[in-house]
Amino acid sequence: MTELILPIYLDNSATTPIDARVADKMAQYLTREGAYGNPASRSHEFGWKAEKAVDEARQQVADLINADPREIVWTSGATESDNLAIKGAAHFYSKRGKHIITVKTEHKAVLDTCRQLEREGFEVTYLDPEDNGLIDMDKLKAAVTSETILISVMHVNNEIGVIQDITAIGEFARENNIIFHVDAAQSAGKVEIDLASMKVDLMSFSAHKIYGPKGMGALYVRRKPRVRLEAQMHGGGHERGLRSGTLATHQIVGMGEAFHIAKEEMAVDSDRIRMLRDRLYQGLKDMEEVYLNGDHDNRISGNLNISFNFVEGESLIMALRDLAVSSGSACTSASLEPSYVLRALGRNDELAHSSIRFTIGRFTTIEEIDYSIGLVKKAVEKLRGLSPLWDMYKAGIDISSVEWVAH
Amino acid sequence: MAYSEKVLDHYENPRNVGVIDEDQSVGTGMVGAPACGDVMKLQIKVGKNGIIEDAKFKTYGCGSAIASSSLVTEWVKGKSLDEAAKIKNTHIAEELSLPPVKIHCSVLAEDAISAAIENYRQKNQ
Repeated sequence: MTELILPIYLDNSATTPIDARVADKMAQYLTREGAYGNPASRSHEFGWKAEKAVDEARQQVADLINADPREIVWTSGATESDNLAIKGAAHFYSKRGKHIITVKTEHKAVLDTCRQLEREGFEVTYLDPEDNGLIDMDKLKAAVTSETILISVMHVNNEIGVIQDITAIGEFARENNIIFHVDAAQSAGKVEIDLASMKVDLMSFSAHKIYGPKGMGALYVRRKPRVRLEAQMHGGGHERGLRSGTLATHQIVGMGEAFHIAKEEMAVDSDRIRMLRDRLYQGLKDMEEVYLNGDHDNRISGNLNISFNFVEGESLIMALRDLAVSSGSACTSASLEPSYVLRALGRNDELAHSSIRFTIGRFTTIEEIDYSIGLVKKAVEKLRGLSPLWDMYKAGIDISSVEWVAH
Repeated sequence: MAYSEKVLDHYENPRNVGVIDEDQSVGTGMVGAPACGDVMKLQIKVGKNGIIEDAKFKTYGCGSAIASSSLVTEWVKGKSLDEAAKIKNTHIAEELSLPPVKIHCSVLAEDAISAAIENYRQKNQ
């Protein structure tokens, strides 16, 4: 039985620690003893060694997603990949049309990029998901016009963990000659991705969500049929002109190794993580007034996002000082607005304010889960003891009928 | 964003959590709204001499909101209604070292005092 080290980390969707095997590999590309050359230096062995490492990493990333290594463009992270994909495709294909379709629950890297394109004269439709977080295909089809050039839908949502049917969306997009971009930051290495069969044209990846380094990502750009993009970073013409900037060998090697390990260990990790997540959910769901946010079945194995009614999220996080988790509460976001993802699911503000996201990972243990169940129960009970809303609920008062005095 | 010691203390050891049975001597103020993530209920029991003898609170809100309302129950005890009405959100914010983004919690606590006093006065016109 392992010693519990507090605080317990259950925020793996925010970031993951670098796997020791990945860090060891990265360390070989830093100092004088390592391969520190510029991969673009064609004239000497320092460059060739670094270039070889980059090529191997490219193959490792391609192997996880069943793609050709020539389809991988290195970036500084999924945010940059989203920007390159969306702005790059929109600008390149703007003569064909200026309409883009995305979803309200996308990551801000997609939403804010779309807002920028709106400022430039593009039209964007932000689809509402169903209550379970999934997109209705009929609603997507209804939104398409003769001007639609791009659809962007994330594979797995970072807040609620739901898995979109990108295979079906891809089929539809291809039939209609619309470019299809998928943000796979939260799905790569956790859910099967087969780009030989999935008709996805552009796909964004992040290293730090899968035990690789922060500040590193990639964009898959399909060769067959060919997808063109307008570059966003200009300079030395690296990555076939799509993304200039000296390649960070150590970062790339880290991402490659992380993706390689994920490919080897995904099935076993996923089963174990699912077991832990289900155990956590079982331990909590029998408390009164507990709501699961997002579809129960079409959900990534490590995500559990639940609302504890009548308890505010930030106070719960403060009460759970020995657990590292995140909340959809307004108080924990700088803007004082509750999670836009939970709002888009139709959750009322109280439930959005009372949500906690637990995301389990490769290094989470069963002892940590059992300890967490105890902590959460205790904290929720204590905070409900402090809550006037809980009192009202217990007294049978319908809170939605109360007229609140605004201030 | 670490929590201030004082805010944590009010959560770990809340003062005066609870409910006072309603009667003529009790003023109850409920302010805020669930949609905003903050609801404070403050009750004061006022003695025949016009001095607040007891105060209890219940709060749905973040740590700063809980601390602000808990602090307020400590401060109003032993004060007259007029003295209690003088408690300003700035005093609360200073005592708890609230960061700018949490100042509104102290404002709500000040509103809760006003609401409780108003309620008492209405009952005892």
